[in-house]
Amino acid sequence: MQTLSESRNIELQSLALRVREHIIRMATDGGCFIGASLSCTDLLVYLYSEALDMAPGRTQDSTRDYLLLSKGHDVPALYGTLAELGYFSKERLDNHLRTNDDIYWHPNRAIPGVEFHAGSLGHLLSVAIGIAMDIRLRKGSNRVFVIMGDGELNEGSVWEAMLTASAYKLNNLIAIVDRNEFQANVRTEELIPLEPLISKFEAMGWNAIRTNGHDFEAMQETFNQLLSMQSNQRKPGVIVANTVRGKGLPSIEQRADRWFVNFTHEEVAMLLLELHGVAKAALTSETLLVR
Amino acid sequence: MKTYEEALIECALTDERIIVMTAENRVAIRKLPPILGERFIDVGIAEQTMIGIAAGLALRGRIPIVHALAAFLTMRAFEFIRDDVGIAHLPVKLVGGVPGFLSDGNGPTHQAIEDIALMRGIPNMQIFAPADMNDLTASLPQIVASQEPCYIRYPAAAPTNIERTRLGIGNGEPIATGSDVEILTYGVLVREAILAREILAKEGVSVGIMDVRWLRPFDSETVLEAVHAAALTVTLEDHFLSGGLFSILSEELVKREEMATVLPIALEERWFKPALLPDVLEYEGFTGKQIAKKIKERLLGQPITIPKASTIRGLKTTSV
Repeated sequence: MQTLSESRNIELQSLALRVREHIIRMATDGGCFIGASLSCTDLLVYLYSEALDMAPGRTQDSTRDYLLLSKGHDVPALYGTLAELGYFSKERLDNHLRTNDDIYWHPNRAIPGVEFHAGSLGHLLSVAIGIAMDIRLRKGSNRVFVIMGDGELNEGSVWEAMLTASAYKLNNLIAIVDRNEFQANVRTEELIPLEPLISKFEAMGWNAIRTNGHDFEAMQETFNQLLSMQSNQRKPGVIVANTVRGKGLPSIEQRADRWFVNFTHEEVAMLLLELHGVAKAALTSETLLVR
Repeated sequence: MKTYEEALIECALTDERIIVMTAENRVAIRKLPPILGERFIDVGIAEQTMIGIAAGLALRGRIPIVHALAAFLTMRAFEFIRDDVGIAHLPVKLVGGVPGFLSDGNGPTHQAIEDIALMRGIPNMQIFAPADMNDLTASLPQIVASQEPCYIRYPAAAPTNIERTRLGIGNGEPIATGSDVEILTYGVLVREAILAREILAKEGVSVGIMDVRWLRPFDSETVLEAVHAAALTVTLEDHFLSGGLFSILSEELVKREEMATVLPIALEERWFKPALLPDVLEYEGFTGKQIAKKIKERLLGQPITIPKASTIRGLKTTSV
């Protein structure tokens, strides 16, 4: 992977903006887990656009890269990304929570592009290991990515699986921690502190790097760095992506009570305006800085 | 006859899809690692991780056969089996060691006597409780060929010398016929049922025995036919009374609006006394002799009247 060009960076920002619009639209008529969805939007946009060897026509191709979403609650971000990239039609997002479709609060394998269902935390690192083991058995070169929440790291099964991945030297496995510093209701460091997280992973035998999960250039650099480490060392890798819960909507960012929301249609309209205002301001200041 | 290990090697060498896994319990599969190479995976003492990995392997077309003690497999990893194997409907085969009374001296932590109830709560999960190794080794190829998930109660007990004529997933095996009593049982207690039959025969009581073998799919046709042919039905199992064979039979009868007189012999509301297997059976009242005595007492006790299925059906006022 090359460094990200300025124009590509802007394309990704624009894609992420559209995905965030989808998330906000899914936050009504039943609602969704908006905070976690907005925090990992840029990660998903980056991974599907730049890192994964995967495309809409290849969902059953055994040589594809896999991405598993273990934290589950952020599935609106995944669905928004998959729909934008053509894995299924965007109209289906309107069916969120409707019985005429299969789109609900947690990932569902029936939706094209979704590799495995999730909902109960601490499951998909093990499933990802199984996929990675089979790829190795068949001497494939594809990779398995799994996104976990930082709150999810409370689950003991994650640490069991970390030991196993390390024991089996799975350098085709890459975990990404959406480090938004929140569990459902409280800040992670105020409840079950995780830091120093990088050294914990390293002590378990993993390659671990931190990145800014909202900065596409930083992500590109970090993934390049990790992938080159993976090809030299037979270790699983993890990227701890620093993110902001509710990213893109300052009115709900880092608010403990904005975990699950069910907005009115008027509130959704206001939030869409807020999203665009923030994005426009960011773009303008960035453009000015470049000049 | 083949050992389980030999049968498993045979299956694995003819079918590349098979991956043998264990959560660091190699008692029955010690010879496998050098033979299977990378198709043998030991995840360490981590049942949950083993199930998750098995699901990942199955997603890629593999058939994982996983091994752990029945108690830890079905309880520690229950939610992983439910979510990763059950919801995904993947062909993972779960082999639970020392189920029921076979955990003998281990104590209650190791007593899987609710395993059938738990596995029965997962849609599509097959449940096989063979009486001996011969039945397991003979059935293994069919279990592996099936696309369904399957839980196997591993039968580390002496052979029964039963000649099986109804091998196949979901088939019960009638081992003896009798008109007074029908004993329905599975696993380690099949031998005790045979002993009880011999004792009762000397006293002029005619006893039939059905080795139910499969708790799921359940051979309702064969079982209910045997139940209606006898005056008294006995369900005999090393499982809690709730959720096992007695529950399954009750459900089948109620579903069909049929009745039967049933003497359930099972573990009720407590774990069993840890000791060596023969002593466990004796202490808990599950030897052939004690079972015969219980049946005799029941036959001499309150009178048994069984409404015939046809009579009961005649009472139906509505049809569904």
